[in-house]
Amino acid sequence: MATPLTATVDLVARFPDSVSADARPGYTGFIVKKENLVEVATAIRDEFGYDLLTAVTGVDYLAENKMEVVYHAYKTTGGTGLIFKVQVDRVDPVEVPSLYDIWAGVDFQEREAYDLLGIRFTGHPDLRRILMWEGYDGHPLRKDWKEPFFEEEAKPFKSRWPDGQHTFAENKNPFRDNLSFPAGFDPEAYQPENEDDLYASLERFRSKGADDALKTDHIVVNMGPHHPSTHGVLRVAITLDGETITGLKPVMGYLHRNHDKIGERNTYLQIIPYTDRLDYFNSMSNNFGYVTTVEKLMKIPVAERAEYIRVIMAELSRIQNHLIFIGMLMNDLGTMYTPSLYAFEERELVLDIFEAVSGARMMCNYFRFGGVVRDIPDFALQKIKDLVYERLPSKTDEMERFLNENEVLVARLNGMHVLNAEDAIRYSVTGPVLRAAGVPYDLRRADPYSIYDRFDFDVAVRYNGDMMDNYLIRFDEIRQSLRILEQALKQMPEGPINSQKPQYQVRVPAGEAYGRIESPKGELGFYVVSNGKPNPYRYHVRPASFVNLQAVEKMCVGAKIADFVALLAMLDIVMGELDR
Amino acid sequence: MYGKGILKGLSVTWKRFWDTYTEDISWVLRGKKRYNTTEGIAHRSSKDTKGIFTVQYPEEQLIVPEEMRYVPFLVYDEAEEGKKEVRCTSCGICAKVCPPQCIWIVRTNDPATGRPVPVPTEFYIDMDICMNCGFCAEYCPFDAIKMDHDFDIAAYDRSVYNLEKLLKPASYYASIRPENAAREDEARRAKEAAKAAKAEVKPAA
Repeated sequence: MATPLTATVDLVARFPDSVSADARPGYTGFIVKKENLVEVATAIRDEFGYDLLTAVTGVDYLAENKMEVVYHAYKTTGGTGLIFKVQVDRVDPVEVPSLYDIWAGVDFQEREAYDLLGIRFTGHPDLRRILMWEGYDGHPLRKDWKEPFFEEEAKPFKSRWPDGQHTFAENKNPFRDNLSFPAGFDPEAYQPENEDDLYASLERFRSKGADDALKTDHIVVNMGPHHPSTHGVLRVAITLDGETITGLKPVMGYLHRNHDKIGERNTYLQIIPYTDRLDYFNSMSNNFGYVTTVEKLMKIPVAERAEYIRVIMAELSRIQNHLIFIGMLMNDLGTMYTPSLYAFEERELVLDIFEAVSGARMMCNYFRFGGVVRDIPDFALQKIKDLVYERLPSKTDEMERFLNENEVLVARLNGMHVLNAEDAIRYSVTGPVLRAAGVPYDLRRADPYSIYDRFDFDVAVRYNGDMMDNYLIRFDEIRQSLRILEQALKQMPEGPINSQKPQYQVRVPAGEAYGRIESPKGELGFYVVSNGKPNPYRYHVRPASFVNLQAVEKMCVGAKIADFVALLAMLDIVMGELDR
Repeated sequence: MYGKGILKGLSVTWKRFWDTYTEDISWVLRGKKRYNTTEGIAHRSSKDTKGIFTVQYPEEQLIVPEEMRYVPFLVYDEAEEGKKEVRCTSCGICAKVCPPQCIWIVRTNDPATGRPVPVPTEFYIDMDICMNCGFCAEYCPFDAIKMDHDFDIAAYDRSVYNLEKLLKPASYYASIRPENAAREDEARRAKEAAKAAKAEVKPAA
């Protein structure tokens, strides 16, 4: 078992003039001067070797009149991360230099910070709103922004009890909808703006043919938002040269509900069921990520038995996610449902277990700070054992027998390039896609959380980075998950399932924490800032789907339009998490 | 040989196809019914399931486990002469812990003393907003609000449940969640016994 590298970097010694340690109580990392950000970031990547920038987010410190941008950089060889921050005055325009040229993986996340917090990243090649629509009034995550039927700063709302003077939100709004318009805006006379910005962003991919060549024009194809193979309401604007993709931009936000803002209104406990709705295939993993982060802040231990239960649930969740991935990939490639329905059978059995332990099939809401809600009932434990020891291994084999040697499938997947290791790291891609490109980066090993350091398993890795590898690595991961499950079931001790007394309002000391777990789709991170109140001051999700989607442009440019659907399927995106 | 992989894959499909018939026939030969029986449905969602996997809702319904949760309801104890003893004391913990804030309660004060009466005058749950998280049931200190198993509540209009619609007897609760009800009754009795014992000790001291 390799111990993670925990070398601390002394950035202050390297840049005495421009970097200072973050001395606020409960905070870690470094504060970098805005003018030197690009220089320091380059050194962090090139000199210190933090090649993977996973999370970028902003925090609005209204009382201090500051805006802060927080960066989390990691090494793909494993170990703890390096947090660096930039603070700027909260005077519009709030401007911070973009790090796009150093880590292309900041693309969407900087756009998100611009959209929701109004931080302008100078030098970003395509700084447009990403989740809200163009022309939206204000930046919702700013602390002085209020929604149309704003009721109170934080839950619980006082109108509900003891007087019960509750009025329906829809009755409060003149348009009976969650909308507010900028001053002087007439919704009746509104003409939608053309999407020149979007198409202009595609323009840079236009190939410049020789002057004397035949004059050809590019076609813009809009796929979605209701295209079945985009796995939800995702729109993709594609420019085509013949059949070859020359440019591509995902347009998202159709399912946006501002999960971050909802989280900041909620108490710490109330966020747990909302995290279920992020990646709705893996609510157990989402719970896991969130509670580990808050436990980090609270500095509380987790009950021993609960740790094992958590791992069991997270790994079962991974197995069913990967089976669904395989099934849905086949759908996207054009097989008519048979493989996906075979996959659904096993998923159904796993969901039965989730229902027996947590009460719900998909929205589990099973984890609590310090443990889990309830112990696994005996019959459910027996069911887990039956599945892990008998059914799932044989069904995984069956699935492989069913598909892996199929000549049509092999011809379709083999050698179809997805991403190479350098690009995957540059675009902050994590999860199976990164591992299929030959980077053995799995958080369960690279930066172990919970009790993953106790289990004997291999990090699934494949080296070609083509579609076949991306497909096969899912089988590898199912096998490794089964290995972990077998050990966890054997080692699971008896005992209490929560180290804390059940309480509906937890005390979280002031400070910040970034917790991350290896969700089936990649790194799922939560960044929580507490100011000691019952509600988090800042709550940010770093979803795997959202960040992984940044690479779709890189993956698809040069490929044929017919391959786009399959390439998108490789990223295994889910809209609940992508749009939040 | 080209096509071997396809044939191999087809053999899996063929076996599945074959199983749907042999499985049905084996149930018939054993003199058992595979469809529309609890035994059949339970087998179809066990590890040994093969052949037809689907459950023909609504003729057949999956067996829901005890912990399954849908929308909340309020428990009352049946007293003599059909009187309903509502367990809820309108303490408001459920309304405070509710993530989408869909519970609202009116607490009444005794007009004579001005003190709160431990019975809710009004109790509303907006079922359209309820996210079925189960926090209200989990944190209720009086076992008064519990999660229901009845999931057929689709309606054409807005479903705001009032006290009358929310109240269900303790016997119903015990029928859907026997283990939980038994455990909670046990705990409540132990608590009352401890209280009684304490009350007895006090006058002596």
